[in-house]
Amino acid sequence: MAVMTYREALNLALREEMRRDPDVFVIGEEVGLYEGAYKVTQGLLKEFGPKRIVDTPIAESGFTGVGIGAAMVGLRPVVEMMTFNFALLALDQIVNSAAKLNYMSGGQYNVPIVIRGPGGPAHQLAAQHSQSMEVYFYHVPGLKVVRPSTPMDAKGLLKSAIRDDNPVIFIESETLYNVKGEVSEDPDFVIPLGEAAVRREGTDVTVIAYMGMMYRAMEAAEELAKDGISVEIVDPRTLQPLDTETIIGSVRKTHRAVVVEAGAGFAGMGSEIAAEITEEAFDDLDAPVARVTGAQAPMPYARNLERLKTPTKEKIADAIRQVCYANGSR
Amino acid sequence: MAVTKVVMPKLSEQMESGKIIKWLKKEGDRVQSGDILAEVETDKADVEMEAFGSGVLRKIVVPQGEKAPVGTLIGVIADENEDINALVSQAGGPAPATAAAKPATADRPAASAAKPAMADRPAAVPPQPKSEDHAARQPAPSRGPDSPGGARVQEAAAQQPAPGTPQPVPSGADGGRVKASPLARKIAAQSGVDLKLIHGSGPGGRIVRRDVEAAATSPAATAAPAAAPALRPVAPSVTGPEYEDVALSAMRATIAKRMPLSKAPVPHFYVTSEVAMDRAWELREELNGLEGQPKISVNDLIIRACALTLLHHPGVNASFQGESIRVYHRVHMGIAVALEEGLITPVLRDVHAKSLVQIAVEARDLAERARQRKLRAQELSGATFSISNLGMFDVRDFSAIINPPEGAILAVGSVRTVPVVTDQGLGVGRRMALTLSCDHRVMDGAMGARFLQDVKRLLEAPLRLLV
Repeated sequence: MAVMTYREALNLALREEMRRDPDVFVIGEEVGLYEGAYKVTQGLLKEFGPKRIVDTPIAESGFTGVGIGAAMVGLRPVVEMMTFNFALLALDQIVNSAAKLNYMSGGQYNVPIVIRGPGGPAHQLAAQHSQSMEVYFYHVPGLKVVRPSTPMDAKGLLKSAIRDDNPVIFIESETLYNVKGEVSEDPDFVIPLGEAAVRREGTDVTVIAYMGMMYRAMEAAEELAKDGISVEIVDPRTLQPLDTETIIGSVRKTHRAVVVEAGAGFAGMGSEIAAEITEEAFDDLDAPVARVTGAQAPMPYARNLERLKTPTKEKIADAIRQVCYANGSR
Repeated sequence: MAVTKVVMPKLSEQMESGKIIKWLKKEGDRVQSGDILAEVETDKADVEMEAFGSGVLRKIVVPQGEKAPVGTLIGVIADENEDINALVSQAGGPAPATAAAKPATADRPAASAAKPAMADRPAAVPPQPKSEDHAARQPAPSRGPDSPGGARVQEAAAQQPAPGTPQPVPSGADGGRVKASPLARKIAAQSGVDLKLIHGSGPGGRIVRRDVEAAATSPAATAAPAAAPALRPVAPSVTGPEYEDVALSAMRATIAKRMPLSKAPVPHFYVTSEVAMDRAWELREELNGLEGQPKISVNDLIIRACALTLLHHPGVNASFQGESIRVYHRVHMGIAVALEEGLITPVLRDVHAKSLVQIAVEARDLAERARQRKLRAQELSGATFSISNLGMFDVRDFSAIINPPEGAILAVGSVRTVPVVTDQGLGVGRRMALTLSCDHRVMDGAMGARFLQDVKRLLEAPLRLLV
C-alpha cells in the first residue's frame, strides 16, 4: 500500500498494464508530449515511446475510430478524452461501432477498448464542460460504464477495464484528481467490474452515491450520526453492470433508500436504481425511495447558481431525514 | 449563537423513553462536547449520555429520577448570555397546533442525542393534506425532535402508544383503503396486527413500521398475549386485596413486546439431543485446577463448541430476510443473562475466532456488566445465534424462543448425574440436554439435527475445544 493521488493511481494503472501487455497503447489529444491535459499520462511517452503513446489532432471521432479499429484486430487501446464532454463528437463511433460490433459480427470481433477521461460537474466549468456524461452511455447495450470514486478504485477498476475484452467507458472527475488515498502497489491487484462498495455501514437508511456525491453523502452521514440516524453508503463504482445485489441487500437491512446523482434527475441513474429497489425490495420499504439530483437545467457558470443546481450535503441530509420520517414530512 | 438542545437519546432499537438516573453536571456548569452529562436508564442498561455541544448547561428541563420519551428536550446547553427562555418555555408549554402534523418518531433513531446546529432551525411546518376531520381524530403523536413543544403531549402518547380502544377509523380515510408502507404491511401480517385499527403517523396518514410495532403490543389491535405481571412472594392470607397489578419494568415491557413478534410469525421447531458430559466435565476440572488460569464454565465450553460448529453449519448461522436467507460468515453469539427484572442478551462478537480462555473472560465480563446494567448499547445487538442456559436451576431441558432476526437459539439444561448403559453394564454418567429452536423458514429438521450432532461430538471429545 502507498498513499497517492487519484491521478497518480490512474497513471500507475496505465503504466503497469502497458508493461504487462505490449498490446496496450494510449491514444488521444495531448497525451504524449504534453503528458495529458490533467497529467494522467505523465512520463508514459518517455517510458513507452511514440508508438504506444500516440498524440492525435483534435478529432475525437477520428481517433476513437482508430482505437476501435485497432481493438478489432487485437490491440488494447486506451483512448483519452480530454474531457468526457468531447466524447459527444465520437458518439457514433462509440455507440454504433464499439458497442455493437461484437453482436453484429456474430461474435467474430470483439472490441477491447477503454475510453477514459474526466466528466461530471467540477468547479465553474459551465454548461458544456460540467455534464454527467455516464447517462449517455449506460443506456447502450454493449457498453460497460465505470465511475471510480477513490484512488484505490481508480487503479483497480482501470486495470480491470483494460483487461476486459469488451468496450468500457471509464469516467473520472476533475474534482477527484488530487484526492489522496491508499492504493495497492501490487501489479496483480484489480477490482472486478460490477462490484459495489459499502463505504460506510449503517442501519437506518441506504444512500447510493458515487464520485463527488459519495463524498457529500459521507459528510451528510457524519452530520446525521449526531442526530442518531445511522446511514449506510453504497458506492456502485460500476454503473453498467450495476451491482444490484449489494444495493438491494443494504435496502433490505435499512428499509429506506436515497439515491444521489450530480446530473439532472429525469431518467437518470437514480431513476434506474429506484426502479430496481421497488421491483426487488418493495415489501422491505418503509418509505418511498428518494432521489437527490441536479436540477433540470444547464450548469450555470456563476458559483452561487452552480451550487443551487447541484446536490449539496444539506439537500442530501434533508432527503435522508424525510425517508426516515425524522423531519416535517411532505 | 450556539444553542444545543439536549434531548433524550435513543440508546437502543427498542427504546422509547428513558429515565434520568443522575445529572452529572448541574445548571451553570461549563460543558465540553463529549463530556458525560447524565446517566440514563433504558430498557436494557444504564448508559452514560454525552454532550454534543459546548457551552454552559443553562437549564435542566427533566430533573433526576424522571422519565422522558426519546427525543424530548431534557436540557439546554448554550452560551452564558444566550436567551433560551423561548426554548425552555416552549418545552414546558402546551403543544403547538402543528403537533398533529408532525410524525411520531417513537422508534426512529432520528429522535436521539443532542442536536447541534440543525436543531436551531425552526421546525418546518409541512402542509397537512388530510381533511381536518381526520387530522382531529389522529392521536397527535407529536414526538419530532424538532418540536420540543410537544413534549408533554408526547409523554402521554408514549405511555399509550396506541389508544386503548382505538376508533375503527380506516387509516387514510379515503374510502377505506389503508395507506401503509410495504414494510408495515409485512410486519402487520407477521404479527397479526389489523391495519384498519391503527393510525398512521407518516405523511398523509401512512402507516409505517413504527406504528405497527407500537400496535403489536396493544391488546386492541392484536391477539398478542398480555405480559404476565412479575411474580412476587405474597404471605398466605385470606384477607386483603385479591390481587395487585405490578407495573412493567422497562425491560419486561420490551420482552413482552418483542417475544410475540418472534413466537407468532417465526415457525419454530425444536431438536433435542443428550450429550455425555463426562469428559468435558473432567477437562473443565483439570483446566480450573491450573494455577493462574481464568475459570472455565460449562457454558464457555458450549459457546466454544457452538462457535466452531456454526462455521461448518453456516445454514444455522443465518437469518430470514423475506426474499432471501442471510448466511453469516462470522459468529456473534448472544448469551442470555438472567436478571432480577427480566433477561438480557449481550453479544460476544466474532466468537469463532476466540479461544476458550478468551471466551471465558469476555463472557464473564459481559454477564457481570449486564447485572450491573453497565453494558454499552452496541453490546446488545448484532447476534447471529444465541444460547440460553438454565443449567444452574436444575432444569432437565427446555425450549427457548428465537430472538429475531436470528435463525436459531440453543437451550441448555443442567448437567445431571444419571444411570447410563455402558459396555460393562449399568454405570453412572453426566448427561446434559441441548434443545435447538430453529426458524423453519431458514432451516429444516435435518439441518438442525446435524448441527446439534456436531456440537455433541465436540463436547464429547472436548480436546478439540482447546486447539
